[in-house]
Amino acid sequence: MTDAPLHLEQPGWRSTLRLAFANRSFMIGFVITALVAAMALVSYVWTPYDVTHLIVADRMKGLSAQHPFGTDHFGRDILSMIMVGARNSIAVAVVAVAVGMGIGVPLGCWAAARGGWVDETLMRFNDVVFAFPALLSAVMITAIFGPGAVNAIIAIGIFNIPVFARVARAGALSLWPREYVLAARAAGKGKTLITIEHILPNIASILLVQGTIQFALGILAEAGLSYLGLGAQPPMPSWGRMLFDAQTRMMVAPHLAIFPGLAIVITVLGLNLLGDGLRDVLDPRLRRQR
Amino acid sequence: MSLLEIENLRLEIGGTPILRDIDLSIAEGEVMGLVGESGSGKSMTALTIMRLLPDAARTSGRVTFDGIDILAAPEAAMNRLRGDDIGMVFQEPMTALNPVKTIGEQVAEGIRWHAGANRADAEQTARQILDRVGLPEAKFPLSRFPHELSGGQRQRVVIAIACALKPKLLIADEPTTALDVVLQKQILELLRDLVDEQKMGLLLISHDLAVVADMADRITIMRHGEVMEEGETARTLSAQVHPYTRQLALASMHVPDRKKHAPSADDAARPLLSVENVVRHYPGRRTSLFSRPEPFRAVDGVSFSIRASQSVALVGRSGCGKSTLARMILALDRPTQGAIRLNGAEVSAMSETELKPHRRDIQVVFQDPYGSFNPRHKVERLVAEPLHLLEKQPGPAERREMVAAALHEVGLQPRDMDKYPHEFSGGQRQRISIARAIITRPRLVVADEPVSALDVSIRAQVLDLFAELNGKLGVAYLFITHDLTVARAITDDVMVMHEGRIVESGKTIDVLDNPQSEAAKALVAAAPDLHRALQKRLAEQG
Amino acid sequence: MIAFLSKRLGIGLVTLLVASAVVFFVLEILPGDPALLMLGMNATPEALASMREQMGLNDPVLVRYFSWIGGMLVGDFGRSFTYSSPVIDLIAERVVVSLPLAIISLILSTAIAIPVGIFAAARRGRMGDTVSMGVAQVGVAIPNFWFALLLVYVFAVWLRLLPSGGFPGWGAGVWPGLKALILPAIALALPQAAILARVTRSAMLEVLGEDYIRTARAKGMPRRYVLWRHALRNAMIPVLTIMGLQFAFLLAGTIIIENVFYLPGLGRLVFQAITQRDLIVVEGVIMLLVASVVVVNLVVDILYAVVDPRLRVSA
Repeated sequence: MTDAPLHLEQPGWRSTLRLAFANRSFMIGFVITALVAAMALVSYVWTPYDVTHLIVADRMKGLSAQHPFGTDHFGRDILSMIMVGARNSIAVAVVAVAVGMGIGVPLGCWAAARGGWVDETLMRFNDVVFAFPALLSAVMITAIFGPGAVNAIIAIGIFNIPVFARVARAGALSLWPREYVLAARAAGKGKTLITIEHILPNIASILLVQGTIQFALGILAEAGLSYLGLGAQPPMPSWGRMLFDAQTRMMVAPHLAIFPGLAIVITVLGLNLLGDGLRDVLDPRLRRQR
Repeated sequence: MSLLEIENLRLEIGGTPILRDIDLSIAEGEVMGLVGESGSGKSMTALTIMRLLPDAARTSGRVTFDGIDILAAPEAAMNRLRGDDIGMVFQEPMTALNPVKTIGEQVAEGIRWHAGANRADAEQTARQILDRVGLPEAKFPLSRFPHELSGGQRQRVVIAIACALKPKLLIADEPTTALDVVLQKQILELLRDLVDEQKMGLLLISHDLAVVADMADRITIMRHGEVMEEGETARTLSAQVHPYTRQLALASMHVPDRKKHAPSADDAARPLLSVENVVRHYPGRRTSLFSRPEPFRAVDGVSFSIRASQSVALVGRSGCGKSTLARMILALDRPTQGAIRLNGAEVSAMSETELKPHRRDIQVVFQDPYGSFNPRHKVERLVAEPLHLLEKQPGPAERREMVAAALHEVGLQPRDMDKYPHEFSGGQRQRISIARAIITRPRLVVADEPVSALDVSIRAQVLDLFAELNGKLGVAYLFITHDLTVARAITDDVMVMHEGRIVESGKTIDVLDNPQSEAAKALVAAAPDLHRALQKRLAEQG
Repeated sequence: MIAFLSKRLGIGLVTLLVASAVVFFVLEILPGDPALLMLGMNATPEALASMREQMGLNDPVLVRYFSWIGGMLVGDFGRSFTYSSPVIDLIAERVVVSLPLAIISLILSTAIAIPVGIFAAARRGRMGDTVSMGVAQVGVAIPNFWFALLLVYVFAVWLRLLPSGGFPGWGAGVWPGLKALILPAIALALPQAAILARVTRSAMLEVLGEDYIRTARAKGMPRRYVLWRHALRNAMIPVLTIMGLQFAFLLAGTIIIENVFYLPGLGRLVFQAITQRDLIVVEGVIMLLVASVVVVNLVVDILYAVVDPRLRVSA
């Protein structure tokens, strides 16, 4: 019985939204993410120039009114390439997060609900995956099965699984001893039903926050893979590939490296801000979980 | 002149007023009791004196300690006061000590800082004060870490830190609330002896009138950030001039009016619940790599039975195994040995599917009115959850009707079913919890400390509700509590549990008035009692 | 503590065993015949058959698996087909580049991140906090290879202070070798430092909200003293966890960074081996990297026990 007890209050969705839009990190992150997503969507119907069209005469032009970000060594418009590249980055990262969540969350919830050897085995498997330097294994996977966006997704997605499994398990484990879960058990509900009704809705917010973090990491990883030539293949533009092409030409045309890099930084920054904001808004106290 | 003088103290945190015009004074060697329900501003008053308020706090008024203007003093001056002239003891001993430092370091640290003593001298003083608070060097060397001590022992360390330099004023903020009654008595006695020996002033903050009546020379009663009444303890509490004082005192001594439900002869003959030789082991801590760990016997051969509409209390100190027993009765955990029968059927041996038809006969009310509900569900869904156990699932309209009826029975409105739990106060949530427990018309409700998280006035109302439902529905109760006043108020029979065994049982009044076992005697002697405390004080004063 | 550490050691060994099986069998299902790759397309069937025999490719899978692990235990990682030299020699040649790079980066990122994190936590909500955490927020978002390109442009192309890539070898002296590692180490370290600084800050803030901090303040200890003597050690527990995880990231980061700077390290070795399908090299290097992650995690576990007496429980 303390004065002014602190309790985790759960406002409804409407007041959560109001809180969210009052949060600076969330707002900046939301705007940046929305802009990047919009840019990717617009690229399907319109880009300033056709990115498959090579105009050698226009190669490596500097910044101008016709080409605000200049052109590359094939004379393609950098802005258009960045717009199209956004599609690829977002698609790979989103699907990789979906793979990680889709497999990791059920596994983590199962481990928490079942306990015992199931839990132990799953967590040992997690340790194994964590012990593999993730990017190295992604390089291995794409190298084995061939480069390309799909294999990049698999490679990044596999390493998202243990992350989500861990987060879901930790959240679920902290909820199982709660009195409302005990009450549900006293009401004769089985573990699956309790997981669906009581556990998942209450860990949804930490999963959402983790999702934005993994999304951002996925964008970085995809850029790394395509920089190494293992991601999306030409002529499909990708941010990492553009940086690879820029590397040898940096002395003459530094803008080739500046803009794709900025695109990555801004996108990842936006997602991280969104995640920070969401965490502050949804469950400030969940950060205290040990 | 007073040691501490608070005049017109106002406090705002981030624009929200917390304290309004507080006046309070403590003379040298005087014990001042500060009483109030949650949110009354007691702790904030204490933190203001220590100047340990959050950054967003703004204060006005005057706080004078020993001639020093506390609110205006520079931080360096406050650092000299804290721990030297003013010591403080907190509520939660489990988290009050730094887990990575030894108790010796933590006690000696302040001594070195304030007295400028060298390490050896500071440790010498630390040893003396730890010995004084009941942690002798032989058993508790300075090199112990906090996690190696129990809650009561840790609170002794915190008291040693606070009293190491013989402060002029000691502030104790709910120092025993997290401890069981037996430990509470020991800690309070220690505090009283230290205050007498060292001629300290003591500001004792508590929600428990009985504790304060026993300890304090004068008492200040607070509510909603304001002082309601202030005066000499015995006189204030017996005269009850202020209506709020009267309300608090009445609630503290409240005994619900119980109309007994007359059980049918059939029910009376056959036990509703019978617990037969139940044992529960937990794997013990491994002491070496090769030997098997010795199991910990949380419940160690317990047998008893409960008849229909009987109200039984299970009392005992914390860690005695009463909650483990409750979990097994609720079939949330299985006994290692023995059997639990409900209506003659051995529920402790059943699979979850076989259990389902039996579960509707036994429901539960938990302690924490905040943790008992999924925060994302509406009251309708929460209260309806046990309906899952009915053979025939009610339709939506029927379901709402049943929820409305259950809410009505616990004194809430049917329209409350469309709200979320956070829209209710602690007492109302406990009513929702009871509504959920009775919706399937169970024969037995297990209540695990159902009122110990509630303020006294709300506690009285919830106890009334329990009594009323016992009379009206004939539901049997198993009350698990460490609070003997609750047991006395609401149960027919009591069982005293100690170290996993039931050491005494019988009619509640007989056992509590005339305990036979050591464990029961200790519990009864330690239980704070407002009547007794006041009588003792009045007798002393003649 | 013995029980705790032996459990962690056991987990580490199991991890290594499972990892070896995964690596071996995943590479086993690869298309392509190593003997064919070695001898080239024009090899006669007889030559191929004898090569297969010589390489032990005709043995059952399990036999090859166990002889592979058995070999590794005594330091025999097999022979590379493309370099036609023992894998262990290749690794030894490359590790003198990668290991110093990883260690310099780890030291650099720790030395920057922890003071910054403490500083920000101590000045929570003030200018210093806002600015340093804003920088960290951006730092987390920067891909290390892009940062590497920018560093090359500024320090090698523009200022001409440091080499833009390549490695002269330690034979040329310590300073030229170190000079070649400075930019790669910075490129690897700074994004990691940004993450670590954020973790340090939030761990410190969390600890500063604990009850025992209030107890220490009630003892009359000044804020600064409490920060360094009470909060820091408790905050190190989550920070250590992240440092352990980061080591694996650093190792992975070396693949990309060594490619950016043309450094002859393990990352570049494994990348080239993958593209040339030199499986035995890939397997060996990956197992070495996994083993080093396991060892680092074990060190982190020991440090936990040093920091936190609750893990030191023995009888």
